[in-house]
Amino acid sequence: MIELKGIAAAPGISIGPAHKMGKEEYIVPKKEILEEEIPLQIQLFEEALIKTRKEIIELQRRIGSEMGQEEAQIFDAHLLVLEDRMLIEEVIARLKKEKICAAYIFSGVLKKYIDVFSKIEDEYLKERIADINDVGKRVLRHLLGAEARGIGSLTERVVLVAHDLSPSDTATMHKNKVFAFVTDIGGKTSHTAIMAKSLEIPAVVGVEEATSKIKAGDLLIVDGSMGIVIVNPDEETLATYRQESERLKGVAEKFLLVKDLDAVTLDHKKVEIFANIEFPDEVTSVKQHGAQGIGLYRTEFFYMNRKDLPTEEEHYQAYKFVAEEMNPHCVIIRTLDLGGDKFLSQFEIPQDMQPFLGWRAIRFCLARPDIFKLQLRAILRASVHGNLKLMYPMISGVEELRQANKILEEAKEELRKSQVAFEEDIQAGAMIEVPSAAMTTDILAQEADFFSIGTNDLIQYSLAVDRVNEKVAYLYEPAHPAVLRLIKNIIEAAHSADIKVGMCGEMAGEPSFALLLLGLGLDEFSMPPQVIPELKYIIRSVTLKQAQEIAFRALRLSTGKEVEEFSQAKLREILK
Amino acid sequence: MPRIKKQIMVKNKQGLHARPAALFVQVANKFDSRITVSRNHEEVNGKSIMGILMLGVEANTPIMIEVDGPDAQRALSELENIVSSEKEK
Repeated sequence: MIELKGIAAAPGISIGPAHKMGKEEYIVPKKEILEEEIPLQIQLFEEALIKTRKEIIELQRRIGSEMGQEEAQIFDAHLLVLEDRMLIEEVIARLKKEKICAAYIFSGVLKKYIDVFSKIEDEYLKERIADINDVGKRVLRHLLGAEARGIGSLTERVVLVAHDLSPSDTATMHKNKVFAFVTDIGGKTSHTAIMAKSLEIPAVVGVEEATSKIKAGDLLIVDGSMGIVIVNPDEETLATYRQESERLKGVAEKFLLVKDLDAVTLDHKKVEIFANIEFPDEVTSVKQHGAQGIGLYRTEFFYMNRKDLPTEEEHYQAYKFVAEEMNPHCVIIRTLDLGGDKFLSQFEIPQDMQPFLGWRAIRFCLARPDIFKLQLRAILRASVHGNLKLMYPMISGVEELRQANKILEEAKEELRKSQVAFEEDIQAGAMIEVPSAAMTTDILAQEADFFSIGTNDLIQYSLAVDRVNEKVAYLYEPAHPAVLRLIKNIIEAAHSADIKVGMCGEMAGEPSFALLLLGLGLDEFSMPPQVIPELKYIIRSVTLKQAQEIAFRALRLSTGKEVEEFSQAKLREILK
Repeated sequence: MPRIKKQIMVKNKQGLHARPAALFVQVANKFDSRITVSRNHEEVNGKSIMGILMLGVEANTPIMIEVDGPDAQRALSELENIVSSEKEK
């Protein structure tokens, strides 16, 4: 038995046989070609590029929908390499001149670049080499008609041991084939770690000697919470870990048992547990995890990675699909929220000194009613196919809400004139994520049909903290007394005007805050689908009265840290 | 068709590596004009990420940008903006 230490990248315990994944390498034969074969070789090369491009875009879309835009952006660099004109032109020119098959020339050209880049000391270039390698292998695979390296052929479930896993490798992984990942290199924020977390499988990375110390077939215990890999454990160790693994599974199963039930407290107070999505095909995961609606449907992706603007029809088809799939459950579409950290390629947006305080979200939409109205028309048209609502991001005062509603009215009027059906009483809500809105919710409540609290922005604006800035990130405290008071104020104002309040920021999916928010009177919690079963379980374990007591006491604490510790302690007590 | 050439000092702290290089290429690709970038007689296609990275341009070195085509003027001014800006975009 040996114990290897690495970096804990994704939590959980798995036990299984090791499967070693070697490096993906292709032997490319140097095949000479005839003059008349040149056009065919060029065509093969171009087809390989097109296939690879399709593959990467599909992968990017899938990763984006399963894991979010940030992970998907990894593939932007891949596309940049793939579409590189110099590389393509060089391959074609040399192919014509040297009369050798495309695969050989391509791998030669690629190698030349990698050799040059390897000599330059630059962190960014090192990453690009990995990208070039990854893309190059895809193209070669198509040129050679080879099978993708992957785990498709595995018959039993294994622990995957590799020097490193590329984004393309991990994207083909499935939970039912892989128990865990162990890699020689990588860190907490490496791609492998992100991927393992979203697949919900344990991972230990940066285990320097993993591939040299572990043999194929060795029995491995992977403890992704502690960052430990035990190779060929003795009976006693194995028994201990089996027990712990069973206990963890038991907890997960308890959550799953309630996933399709309502989120009702022991004293019969029902709240809504909704999901956040970005892409239409996420509805599958939403339904699987037992969400009873979509509390935040982001719509920026229509505008990403393209040069032209999306058409009304594109918007409409996507909204119709989601509305129909979720019917009769409700779907809340957030209108275009561009700016801040999300930029679009189609618009020449001036570089704001402080993008989060600049021309973004509803401000942008009100300045570009053409773009805004097109989206509203699509939402209205789709509203007859299900239970759709819409909400405006970043409302800072009632004038903006009025202007937005006015454009909505204009869109309705246009549709009426052209006799297009839509839901007349579609609800339009305001997102409350700016302190000025949070302080004036009594005014806003008169003209909004509902509120949705966007905690990420609300926290950063009210605490004046840019959480991307490492030096101040520690100040970003969701449970800061100021934030709690704002939330309390929002909910009270909404309830006295008889409208509902949801929350779609990260805070809503944080188990430790569930009781507190429930106690404050939140009507709807919207979160990533994976957390839904756990949140339901928590809500089903308390009475509203207990939760109110927790909120009452939390509001009297002086710091965010105290609130957080108090909430966690209460949660442990209740789940015991 | 206008053809313009201009020597520009790279001010960006990271030189033409990393994000600035990617940004440069993305912007260059928006234009129809042919764009070449050279330094020390080494010349590469300004629309190629591999090419730009090959040049390995550090901060505070001059590069020559040559633009040839219908939208040359606009292309040059946008590209100049990227390389001569000190702050990271």
